[in-house]
Order: sequence, then structure tokens, then C-alpha cells
Amino acid sequence: MKKFIFYAPIAAFFALAILLWRGLYLDPTELPSVLIDKPMPTFAMATLEGEPVGNADLPDSIFLLNVWGSYCLPCLVEHPTFMRLSEEGEIPVVGVNYRDRKPLALDWLDLNGDPFAYSILDEDGRFGIDLGVYGAPETFLVDSEGVIRYRHVGVLEENVWREVFLPAIAELRGVPAAPASR
Amino acid sequence: MNPLRYLLFLVLLLAAAPGLAQVDAFTFENDEQQQRFRTLSNEFRCPMCQNANLTGSTGGVAEDLRREIHRMILAGNTDAEIEQFMFERYGDFIFYLPRLRADTVLLWFGPLLFLLLGGYIGWRIYRQASGNQQAATNVGLDPAEQERLRRLLDDD
Repeated sequence: MKKFIFYAPIAAFFALAILLWRGLYLDPTELPSVLIDKPMPTFAMATLEGEPVGNADLPDSIFLLNVWGSYCLPCLVEHPTFMRLSEEGEIPVVGVNYRDRKPLALDWLDLNGDPFAYSILDEDGRFGIDLGVYGAPETFLVDSEGVIRYRHVGVLEENVWREVFLPAIAELRGVPAAPASR
Repeated sequence: MNPLRYLLFLVLLLAAAPGLAQVDAFTFENDEQQQRFRTLSNEFRCPMCQNANLTGSTGGVAEDLRREIHRMILAGNTDAEIEQFMFERYGDFIFYLPRLRADTVLLWFGPLLFLLLGGYIGWRIYRQASGNQQAATNVGLDPAEQERLRRLLDDD
């Protein structure tokens, strides 16, 4: 019993130290999405070009849903990744133009290129709320059944694509994940 | 600028500060609705700004969520429904007071657990110490020896 009393504070100290040490390396801006493994929210909206768009118009295959805006600098950083993915036909990318203004968004696509199959126009951020979005850029991985499988917050660079998305997609396809090559 | 004018300038500047506070132009049917809006916006955390509630945040998503709360209140939704709406989209993070569930029990009662543990350890140490004291006074000195010990201790 005496030994317990002697060691308890030391054990408690180390337990707390390890807990806080781990906390130092967590990213507090990366919130877990509650929509993982839930179907895409039901929507009936319009694209940036003014065409009506709903759940039935989503790709039948696995696709990316990228939340972007012309005001969003990080979106410009990840833009080349999406351009490459769409040019090489690796995966369809659907855009959500989040809290933006239509003419500015169209200009941005003109200037930088349009990697999106289409962009859903979400001027007032209402669709973003249903997706649990809290700021562009965010990218969702949606499977062929329209179920959200993964959400990435922040810039999706090539290394994130290789190390996070490719293994996740391989798993969805039932193929054992190829080791990430650098 | 002379000091008086400087003071006047400062006073006017401070008087204008409330004008900078962010005000949503929301209208309600009655005071009770407005009160509910205030309470709800205060108790939800802004997902973007992390350490501000929806009332105090100028973030875009906070603006959208305040608008959504306003809409739902006018549409006759209860507070519980609005909380559920937020929870389904933003999870536990949106609440400053997390819901009581199996995986949040430690969060709620952890401090109590530590208090009890600390109290118990403190009590053990106290008992042990008072036990030692008793042992120290019982070393079997006769009155003469005790008197001598007292004199020796008082000496310095």
C-alpha cells in the first residue's frame, strides 16, 4: 500500500505527460466528419453554369467532391492536383462552389482551368452546412453508391493524394492497397 | 494636439466601438424567440474559429449557421431539434457542453474521479503521518528524561 502511494503520483505524472505530449502533435483544425459512411445529403441545386443538378446527376463511380471558392488561396495551391486528375481521367471531380460569387467563380475557372465535371453553386453556404463544411478547401471521397467515405480538410496536394486517397480508393475497390511510392 | 482634444478624440473613438460589433439584422416575432436565438448562438461553437461561439465569430460558416438557427426558430423548430440538426452535421465539436454518452463519461466525471483519488491518497498520507507522530511520542521516556529532552530542545 505504501508503495502504491509512493508511485501513484509518478505514474499519474507520466500518464498525463504522455497524453499532453501526444496532444502537441494533434491538428486541432482537423475535425472528424460525422458524415463518414453516411449517404450524400439530398440536394436539388444548380451548377455554376445554371443547369439543375441533384443526387441522380452524381457520377456512378467513385468520385471526389471538392469544396472551393475563388477567394480561397489554398484552393489555388491544390488546383494543379485536380487538373492533373481530371486530365488523366483518374477520377471524376465534382466541385462545390462554396460561399462565392458566380462571376468571380467563373473568372477563376477561366483563368486557372476547370478540372470539375461541374460545380454545384452554393452561394449562401446552405449545402455546405449539410456537408458539415466549415471552410474551403475540403475534399470528400464518395463511393459509387453515393456514400461519403472520407473527408480531407485543407490542401489536397500530390502527396496527400498518393498517401491517403489512393490507398482509400484501392480499399473501396476491394484491391489491396499498393504501397505508396515516392 | 492639446491634451484635452486628444482626450476628446479618445472618448469619441471608444464611444464608436459598439458600432464595430457585429450585428445581424435578424427579426423575430417575439422576445422569447430572440432570447432563444441568443442562447443557442452562445452555446454552439464555431467550427472554423474553434475558440469562439457562433455569436462571437465573424467566420463565414458561423454567419451561415446563425442564419440557419434564425430560420429554424421562425419555422417553429424546438431547441432540441436545432441541436440535433447541428449535431448531425458537425458532431460533438459544435457543443461546448458535450453530450453525456458512454465515450464522454470520462470527460464529464474524470475531474471527480481525480478529486476522489487525490482525496484518498491525501487521507492515506495524513493517516500515516499522524501514526508516525504517535509513535514518536511513545518512545518510553520517564518524566525526568522528558523534562531533560524539553530543556535541550528549548536551549537553542
